[in-house]
Amino acid sequence: MIDIGLGHYLTLGAVIFSIGVIGIFLNRKNIIVILMSIELILLAVNINLVAFSIYLGDLAGQVFTLFILTVAAAEAAIGLAIIVVYFRNSGTIRVEEIDKLKG
Amino acid sequence: MIVHAIFFYTFSIIAVVSAIMVTASKNTVHSVFFLILDFISISCLFIMIGAEFLGMIMLIVYVGAVAVLFLFVVMMLNVAQQKNQWFAGEQSSRHIPVGLIISTLIFFEIIIVIGGWKYKPEIFDINNSLANTNVSNTHSLGQILYTDFIHVFQISGMILLVAMVGAIVLTFRQRSGLKRQSYIKQISRERAEGVEVLEVHSNKGVKIDD
Repeated sequence: MIDIGLGHYLTLGAVIFSIGVIGIFLNRKNIIVILMSIELILLAVNINLVAFSIYLGDLAGQVFTLFILTVAAAEAAIGLAIIVVYFRNSGTIRVEEIDKLKG
Repeated sequence: MIVHAIFFYTFSIIAVVSAIMVTASKNTVHSVFFLILDFISISCLFIMIGAEFLGMIMLIVYVGAVAVLFLFVVMMLNVAQQKNQWFAGEQSSRHIPVGLIISTLIFFEIIIVIGGWKYKPEIFDINNSLANTNVSNTHSLGQILYTDFIHVFQISGMILLVAMVGAIVLTFRQRSGLKRQSYIKQISRERAEGVEVLEVHSNKGVKIDD
């Protein structure tokens, strides 16, 4: 309990991952919170990679965390751009009422 | 060691509570602020565990760019009228038990994997691109990032470029009724279309048709 090891960090990653999944399922409010939940999930993955990288002494995990960071930033930018365009066209971003993005 | 434990539990409790608040908070602006708090505490954990470059990069990229982008979009779109609806909607209540069941299942699966997993003893001895203890974390990360992973690094740069172009193309719109300065029109203007010489008779005035 006092001796912090790899398992503690992996458990923290698992908890945050599950909270992100809960956020995706439960949220009916607006779609921005779903994007934030996806960011939480990517953060949990980053925690796992960094913890493994430190405890195994292999720096490749941190390099991959850097790339995940890049992809997360790109995904947030594109997702928010789509949300802005959708809101401009239909006037709502509530999850229930979004049914236009087909095909 | 006990200081390490105290800091770990403090930061991880803050991170978990703020992650819960991101999904459960009624106001979307509050969710963004809790997301920022989450990123900050996780990056403190990264700095504490020894990955200080990634901790600082997390602060810069997530808190400085992504969270501010979220905040900007939340304030630009009018989501204020939905802020009093918590998991809003009438027909959506059947999603909640399914979501809870699936999430707890995922959580316990991961916990079973972590708890029941015996690490191979020699896994701690393999040192592929070993973190050299003489140089700092940033130095050793740069040494392998620009040599072994240079192609992946450049591809990630291309991903950022494509994302930037895509976001601009998606949100760009041509507004009508705006007066814009057009250099090519200004330069290519001829004297004939700008100036007209009229014969002015006395006591008659000039009629200008346009």
